[in-house]
Amino acid sequence: MAAGTEGPWARFRADFAESRLAVAGLVLLVAIVTVGLLAPVISPQNPYDLAQLDVLDSKLAPGEKGGDGRTYWLGTDDQGRDMLSGIFYGLRISLGVGIASTVFALAIGLVFGLVAAYFGGWVDTLVMRIVDIQLSFPAILIALILLAVLGQGVDKIIVALVTVQWAYYARTVRSSALVERQKEYVEAARVLALGQARIVFRHLLPNCLPPLIVVATVQVAHAIALEATLSFLGLGLPITEPSLGLLISNGFQYLLSGKYWISFYPGVALLLTIMSINLVADQLRDILNPRLRK
Amino acid sequence: MLAYAIRRLGQSLFVLVLMSFLVFVGVYAIGNPVELLVNPQADEVERLRATAALGLDRPFLEQYWVFLKGAASGDLGRSFVYNVPALSLILDKLPATIELAFVAMVIAIALGIPLGLVAGLKPDSLVGRGIMAGSILGFSLPTFWVGLVLIMVFSVQLGWLPSNGRGDTATVAGVPMSFLTADGLAHLAMPAVNLALFKLSLLIRLTRAGTREAVLQDYVKFARAKGLPQGRVIGVHVLKNILIPIVTVIGLELGSVIAFAIVTESIFAWPGTGKLLIDSINQLDRPVIVAYLLVIVTLFIVINFVVDVLYSMLDPRVRLGGAGASH
Repeated sequence: MAAGTEGPWARFRADFAESRLAVAGLVLLVAIVTVGLLAPVISPQNPYDLAQLDVLDSKLAPGEKGGDGRTYWLGTDDQGRDMLSGIFYGLRISLGVGIASTVFALAIGLVFGLVAAYFGGWVDTLVMRIVDIQLSFPAILIALILLAVLGQGVDKIIVALVTVQWAYYARTVRSSALVERQKEYVEAARVLALGQARIVFRHLLPNCLPPLIVVATVQVAHAIALEATLSFLGLGLPITEPSLGLLISNGFQYLLSGKYWISFYPGVALLLTIMSINLVADQLRDILNPRLRK
Repeated sequence: MLAYAIRRLGQSLFVLVLMSFLVFVGVYAIGNPVELLVNPQADEVERLRATAALGLDRPFLEQYWVFLKGAASGDLGRSFVYNVPALSLILDKLPATIELAFVAMVIAIALGIPLGLVAGLKPDSLVGRGIMAGSILGFSLPTFWVGLVLIMVFSVQLGWLPSNGRGDTATVAGVPMSFLTADGLAHLAMPAVNLALFKLSLLIRLTRAGTREAVLQDYVKFARAKGLPQGRVIGVHVLKNILIPIVTVIGLELGSVIAFAIVTESIFAWPGTGKLLIDSINQLDRPVIVAYLLVIVTLFIVINFVVDVLYSMLDPRVRLGGAGASH
C-alpha cells in the first residue's frame, strides 16, 4: 500500500491508473460525454431542423457527397439526415436519459435502503420484501409493461427506468448500512442525542457510499442499454426525440436492402458508450472492494 | 420442507393476484381498443355494440372480478384481435419461445463454463485475458444491436442464414420444434446465439471468479500435493465446489432469458410469445397482455421455487425456511 503522506484522492487516482484499459475507457467516456454536451456546436447539421434536410440526399452511403457538395461521412438516413449529426444528438439524449434515471433511482433507493437498515423491524421487512419481489422479475419486462401503459416520452422512460432500478440501490445501501450501523461512531452519535435524520444522513450515508458508486456506474450503462432496447421496440422515446436506440430502430427496415449504415453507426456509438462505462466501473469496483486490497 | 413449500405457495399466489390487479389497472388505462377494432366508418350504435360485446361498458371493478373468476377456472379472457382464448394463443406460441430460450441457455452453458474455467486457471495469460475481454464486450453489446449485426453479416452480406421465422418444423408429441430439421436449425442459429451472448458472458465471469477463489483453497492445494492429476483436481475438486452458485444463476437466468426473448423474437420475427406481446401492446389487445404476464409470472415463480429446492439439495449448508431449522 502506498505510504501515508499522499491524500486519499491521490491514492485513488494512482490505483485507478494501474489499469491502462480503465484509463482508456475513462478517456473515451470523457470524449463521448463532451461530444454529447457539445452536439449543437460541433454537428455539421441540425438533424431536426427540416429546413436543413434535403430528401434528395436520403440514404446516401458513407462518404458520398450530397446535392450541395458536402460530404456525409457516415451517410444519411431515409429523410436525408446526416447520420453523424444524428448520432451526436442521439448521444445527448441517451446519456441524458441514462444519467437522469440513475440519479433519481439512486436518491430513492438510498432513502429506502437507509431507512430500512436504520429502523429495522417491519419497515425493513416491508421494503425488502418489495425489493425482493421486484428483483425476481427481469427489468426489461417491468419496463416494457410500464411503458405500454404510460406511452412514449422522455419523462415516461425515465419513470420506467427509475422504477426498475431503485431496488438495486435500496438493497446495496441497506446491506452496507446494516454493517455500519453496528459501528461505534453511530453509537457515539446516538449517545450525543443527535437527531435521527442527522445520524442517518450525516453519519451513516457517507460511509455507505463506496459500493453505491460502483453500482451506480454499472447502472448508468444498464439504463442506457435498456432505454435503447425499449426505443428499438418502439416503446421508449417518440420519433421527435431520437436516442441512439431509435436511430437504430429506424435503420432496421433498410438493413435487409444492404443500407447498413443507418443502423450500424448509431450502434457503434452505443457500444462505445456502454463499454467505456463498464471499463471504468470494473476498475472502480476493484479499487473500492476492500477484499481485493493489497 | 412441506411447511416451507406451503408458505411459498401462499406468497406466490398473493404475488400473482397483486400482479394481475396492477397489470389490469395499468392495461385498463391504455387507449380504447374499440377504436382500433371497429371499422372507422362505423356509427355510434355499432361502437356501443362492440364495446358491450367486449364487456368494456361495465365498471372497472366488475371487469376485474369477471376476469378473476375466469382466471380461477383457467379462462384468461378472449383476444380482442383474434377472438380466440388468450391463454390458448399464448400456449400456442410458448413452445417456440421455450425452444429458443433452451437452446440459447445450452449454448451459454456449453461454452461459458469451460471458457470461464480456462480464464480462472490462467487469469494472466493471453488466453485468459482474451476471454475476459470478450466477456466485457459481450456484456456491453446491446442484444438487439448484435442481432442486427448478425443479420447484416450472415443474411445480407454472406447470404448463409435466413433472417426471420422458424423455418420447417418437425412435430414432437404434437409440438412443432425447429431444431429437428436442417432448415429449422438454420433459422434457429442466429436468434439462439444472439440470445445466448449475454448469458455466456455472465457465466464466463461467474465461473472465472469462482475458479480463482477455489484454486487458492486448502483442499485444492492438498489435492495437488497428493499428486492427483490436473484433470481430476479441476474436474472434481474445483468444478464441484464452484457449481453451486453457477447452478443457481443458471436457474434464475432461465426466467430472464424468456423475458429477453422478447427482443430477439422481435428482431428475427421468431413467432414466439415475446413477439406476440409486442404485437398485442401495439394493437391494445388487453386480454393477451394480461394473460402473457400471468403466464410468465407463473413460470418465474415455478422456476424460482425449483431453483431454491435444488439449491438446498446441492448445498447441505443451506436450510430452507429460515435460520431456525433444526438438524
